[in-house]
Amino acid sequence: MSIEIVNVTKRFGGFVALDDVSVSIPSGQLTALLGPSGGGKSTLLRIIAGLEHADTGRIEIEGLEATDLAPQKRNVGFVFQHYAAFKHLSVRRNVAFGLEIRRRPKPEIRKRVDELLELVHLEQFADRLPSQLSGGQRQRMALARALAVEPTVLLLDEPFGALDAKVRKELRDWLRRLHDEVNVTTVFVTHDQEEALEVADEIVVINDGRIEQIGTPDQLYDEPANDFVMRFLGPVTQLGEHLVRPHDLEIVTDGSGAAAVAGRVTRIVRVGFEVRVEVTTEDQVVLVTLTRAKFLSLGIETGATVSVRIVPSGGAGVGRQIRAATVQTS
Amino acid sequence: MTSATLAPAPTALKRRRGRDGRLTRTSGLGLGIAMLWFSLLVLIPLAAVVTTAVTGGWSGFWDAVTNEQTAAAIRLTVGTAFLVTLVNIVMGTLIAWVLVRDRFFGQRALEVLIDIPFALPTIVAGLVLLSLYGPDSPLGVDIANTRIAVFLAFLFVTLPFIVRTVQPVLAELDRDAEDAAASLGASRLTTFRRITLPSIAPAIAAGAALSFARGVSEYGSLVLLSGNLPMRTEVTSVRILSSIENDNLPGAAAVATVLLAISFVVIVALDIIQRRVVRRG
Repeated sequence: MSIEIVNVTKRFGGFVALDDVSVSIPSGQLTALLGPSGGGKSTLLRIIAGLEHADTGRIEIEGLEATDLAPQKRNVGFVFQHYAAFKHLSVRRNVAFGLEIRRRPKPEIRKRVDELLELVHLEQFADRLPSQLSGGQRQRMALARALAVEPTVLLLDEPFGALDAKVRKELRDWLRRLHDEVNVTTVFVTHDQEEALEVADEIVVINDGRIEQIGTPDQLYDEPANDFVMRFLGPVTQLGEHLVRPHDLEIVTDGSGAAAVAGRVTRIVRVGFEVRVEVTTEDQVVLVTLTRAKFLSLGIETGATVSVRIVPSGGAGVGRQIRAATVQTS
Repeated sequence: MTSATLAPAPTALKRRRGRDGRLTRTSGLGLGIAMLWFSLLVLIPLAAVVTTAVTGGWSGFWDAVTNEQTAAAIRLTVGTAFLVTLVNIVMGTLIAWVLVRDRFFGQRALEVLIDIPFALPTIVAGLVLLSLYGPDSPLGVDIANTRIAVFLAFLFVTLPFIVRTVQPVLAELDRDAEDAAASLGASRLTTFRRITLPSIAPAIAAGAALSFARGVSEYGSLVLLSGNLPMRTEVTSVRILSSIENDNLPGAAAVATVLLAISFVVIVALDIIQRRVVRRG
């Protein structure tokens, strides 16, 4: 185990950012800290980097007791949401910064920086200033800068949070490939469940300063430990007492079969390949997503009377019996 | 009718042309007013001073500024202003740093107090300094009639300049960049020197230029404490006044012209240094 976090608590005044958090982050993998804003995930990352100090608890990085170690001595690479570029230095000098601090010989620095710039596809921008780069390019520069010192762990704090949707998607694919290439233990913070599911080997869901669940993307999606994780990791809807994913529901027109609930189609929205159908039952509005082909074969339209049921082949993991309290609030 | 419909087209074209150097009507008017204002208030009076300075010809000008007493006053004023500016660069930056980065009891009060030397009528500052460091000093420190008095008076009135120029820049600074430098292994001192300082250098330079200019022009705050002894504690502003009182207007203008030239050189030099610092990192 590469990063050990043991019983860490952090308060900011009266606000509890982290409440007795313990987690082991495996070596060589890409781990996501996922959760809503203000849930404590960034604080945890900054504590690992030494940029914040935990009130209580211990941090160990690759067997090195790091609890009271200064950030300079932890050998971590840190990438910030807003790039934290050294604005007055060229791209090359930005990337070289950590190596210059370590007083490496100049030819070695030059060679290493060239390699890194190639790795992040910024060779032709070496002599530009950060202000002359796009957001995505700046973040790749920041990544090269962090990798330059050959960190034991790479920490990324909402690395794509400031970028627009298209660049985000490109960069997250690229990060995954880069990680497979470089293989450094990487932890990244995100509030975007799609990003976490797509990129991470392992996901730690953090909410309200506590860990809700730790697992692979599949485990989290298919076997959420609680309602919070289920709701946070993807779309959900309610059918009777069950909290289910809209794509685990189906619509039947003949009204027969077990556990089917009757209702009326109140809204149909087509988004690309999927069709979202809202069915209003006696006491609920249920959302069902269908493929376009399935929708066409049903031949339903707004106002039609149908029945909704959980897909029988959905398996054991589908749907959660929810507490009465949750039913009322939603 | 046709001409009316056609008319807007050329103006629109003209406006678009503003990019390659030509001015639109409004921006032309704005520039005209700005230049007129600047000329009336600054350029014409300055030109008048220079003209008055050379009414006695080049030799008259040269005699006036190389006059032993005048030269001593210029040396004292410029030298002291220079030293004071150096002290302010360090202390002003330090005070700005403390005000922005630390939280302490009485911070708000200090924020307000910083501006007092700037807001206070300088003669009041002179009175304060005289009663505190004059012959009747309650502290037992008598620096009246010494060059230290000049130095102290300059220091007093120029205190706010660098603090006030650096403070907002420091407050806006990207703290993440400092954190990034730290996690890359840079010590706090290295981070300050290589990351923070280049960012605040322009502000320090601007404050230093103001501080120097204010020092060179100072009169009220030192006139009481320094004693205005010729060759020893007489500064240029006092020297100019005494020249005028002796009906030597060209002499006064000559000193003024020298000060003008020195101030100009210092401001340009600071600008160059600041650009260097920013580029070198």
